[in-house]
Amino acid sequence: MTVTHTYDAVIVGAGGAGLRAAIEASDRVRTAVISKLYPTRSHTGTAQGGVCAALGNVEEDSPEWHAFDTVKGGDYLVDQPAAQLMCEEAIDAIYELEHWGLPFNRTPDGRIDQRRFGGHTRNHGEAPVKRACYAADRTGHMILQTLYQQCVKRNVRFFNEFYVLDLLLSDGRVAGVVAYELATGELHVFRAKSVLFATGGFGRMFKVSSNAHTLTGDGPAVVWRRGIPLEDMEFFQFHPTGVYRMGILLSEAVRGEGGILLNGEGERFMERYAPTVKDLAPRDLVSRAIYQEIKEGRGAGPRKDAVWLDVRHLPREVIEEKLPDVTEFARVYLSVEPTTELVPIQPTAHYAMGGIPTDVDGRVVVGPDETPVPGLYAAGECACVSVHGANRLGTNSLLDIVVFGRRGGRHMAEFAQGADLPALPERPEGFTREMLEGLMSRREGANAADIRSDLQEHMFDLAFVVRTETGLKKMQEILAGLRERYERVAVQDPGRRYNTELMEAVELGFLLDCADALVAAALARDESRGAHYREDHPLRDDEHWLKHSLAYREEDGSIRLEHKDVKLGPYVPMERKY
Amino acid sequence: MPPAPESAGDVLETSDQRRAGATGAVTLTLRIRRYNPELRGEESWWDEFTIQADPNDRLLDALHQVKWYHDGTLALRRSCAHGICGSDAMMVNGKNRLACKVLVKDVAPKVTVEPIRGLPVLKDLYVDMEPFFNGYRSILPYLINDEGEPDAERLQSPEERHRFDDTTKCILCACCTTSCPVFWGDDEYVGPAAIVNAHRFIYDSRDHGADERLKILSEKTGVFRCRTTFNCTEACPRGIEVTKAIQEVKRSILFERF
Repeated sequence: MTVTHTYDAVIVGAGGAGLRAAIEASDRVRTAVISKLYPTRSHTGTAQGGVCAALGNVEEDSPEWHAFDTVKGGDYLVDQPAAQLMCEEAIDAIYELEHWGLPFNRTPDGRIDQRRFGGHTRNHGEAPVKRACYAADRTGHMILQTLYQQCVKRNVRFFNEFYVLDLLLSDGRVAGVVAYELATGELHVFRAKSVLFATGGFGRMFKVSSNAHTLTGDGPAVVWRRGIPLEDMEFFQFHPTGVYRMGILLSEAVRGEGGILLNGEGERFMERYAPTVKDLAPRDLVSRAIYQEIKEGRGAGPRKDAVWLDVRHLPREVIEEKLPDVTEFARVYLSVEPTTELVPIQPTAHYAMGGIPTDVDGRVVVGPDETPVPGLYAAGECACVSVHGANRLGTNSLLDIVVFGRRGGRHMAEFAQGADLPALPERPEGFTREMLEGLMSRREGANAADIRSDLQEHMFDLAFVVRTETGLKKMQEILAGLRERYERVAVQDPGRRYNTELMEAVELGFLLDCADALVAAALARDESRGAHYREDHPLRDDEHWLKHSLAYREEDGSIRLEHKDVKLGPYVPMERKY
Repeated sequence: MPPAPESAGDVLETSDQRRAGATGAVTLTLRIRRYNPELRGEESWWDEFTIQADPNDRLLDALHQVKWYHDGTLALRRSCAHGICGSDAMMVNGKNRLACKVLVKDVAPKVTVEPIRGLPVLKDLYVDMEPFFNGYRSILPYLINDEGEPDAERLQSPEERHRFDDTTKCILCACCTTSCPVFWGDDEYVGPAAIVNAHRFIYDSRDHGADERLKILSEKTGVFRCRTTFNCTEACPRGIEVTKAIQEVKRSILFERF
């Protein structure tokens, strides 16, 4: 049995981008939010350090400096007009959150306090600047709570623990989505005039990751299977300071407040790699520096495969009041007391710069000419505007979700106001039903957890901080093998009620799709730029590669790559030094 | 240079090695209260699974090992796995905990896991969260201020901000509410988490909705149901002084507003 619902606007995902879009859309049109999690479980809540805006509350700053840092941080793959717009709208977006009650830390005169963050500088790189607005090291938690509170106030309609598994298109227009209700196993068809995907990232394809178990690339994979390309998938951020072995994020705010990195010999090695900003260099540079230290035998710990994060010199009140959660993570998960001991860290898979290609209004755009798909929108980590280019600056993800969540939500509502309801394709739930029946047809076969763990292991070895042609080709062969095993996956649970085993198998399929796209794009890009570092092509190659990549899934399962120009602006690409 | 922490040492790299009983692993028996009306009828039952686990693994990792390699039907909520999303509240050895904040070494060799109490169980560790969120929604959990918005931020001193800091940490995991004996016996009581979230706004200098919330909480479903057993404070994985927050709200109702 299939249940059919009809809305003007449907938003998929209830993290920061989805909730911000929901606030905007629900004020204008009949809106539903479909989320596989209760909204407050979304991964926005784990963001720690801050959200940048050039308020200038603590020291002189300007949106133009912020835009420059964003473009340079992204190794010039950023679409500059989008970055300029984001940095200008940042100020209003922060005030809006404050007006909605977000409990920012305050300056002595009662204004929003600001602190330093990696890659954010005064006057085009002169020195670190205090630009990150924050609430202790719980900024993401406060943003998620505040946006959810506003949705409660507005009585936004949520469908919680519903998994969106397919996008419905009708004559090239969005007609709705198909969702699986976890509680009952029923399929639901949501008819809509516009649909916005805000499903977050896919960091769970790597063994060491800061990402939640649920970050499996659902939105990107669902649209990819319907012919929409994925942009710049090769650019995945590896955050330098993950909890050793577990990958749990230890915020860059630790270094923003004065923490430093030491190698196994006790040397503050970032002074060699980034003499001006040192430990506050952008994440791609710091992660590569850590990799280099470990490779050259200067790693820390018994296996020499970590480095130390050192906050022992910081005033106790800074640690307890401005970094309480990360301090607790070290205590709980490492049994380390950061006020007196060094914390072992290693780079952790953190953030997808790439994703579903959109313009600055959240409209999904296809091909080098950026043809919009009428009614289709995306925002947040699952989207690629592109404001992060080849490497996102810390804090800009929280900014991205509020700025482009708002723009996408507004635009999808206005589109819906001027559109009629498209007809549904025949048997709208057919594709989804067959996929689920296929998975449910075997009680014995391949184990999904084994396949996932092999995927994570190999992606960590071959597609992480440092990549080579040989390694990526090997990864493609491995992915083909994993795909074959996936075709034989068995689901033990025959039930319809809270069958999370079935949904985990579906999510693994999404992860495999995203990994396919990531590896294909990484293999093709024979240069190094931002987070994509090719040991066999260590230099940036603007002549051939100052362009975005677009990966398409063809009917026969193969991947086709296309490219589109980067939208340049005032900042001429130059060598990136810090 | 201090000595390397133990946890950077005995590391088991893959679940495969783990299952093969790699060195450093400990034996853990999980006794789990199961419920699956679709397949097994209305009676709950106990299952036991014995696995090898890294002592520094989370209890959540151990539950995953059970689900992924022993019994795929085991159902539990989880997401972030480090104590922020609030999904995996469960009763661990009789106390409400997040499974991702309990380490194997702290519970081995045997641990008992049950669903949190006071909410209808749906399947295994899944409970119906709607009554909990209804309580949350009832206390107007959003900033109320009709004064119009200034061009920039509203001013708030660090002291004013500090006044309600503790209750901003709530992740709505329901550990507190479902540890409360009053809540177990009375599904009308809004419960500790709802009061914590009311507290977060009542003492925010920017908020003007305190009277409305205090009125709601002075009703018979509100704060005066609290019997000050401190279970909630003990259960909170975020270290919020829940009972203190409830007492402050009670005092405001008695002495300040009415």
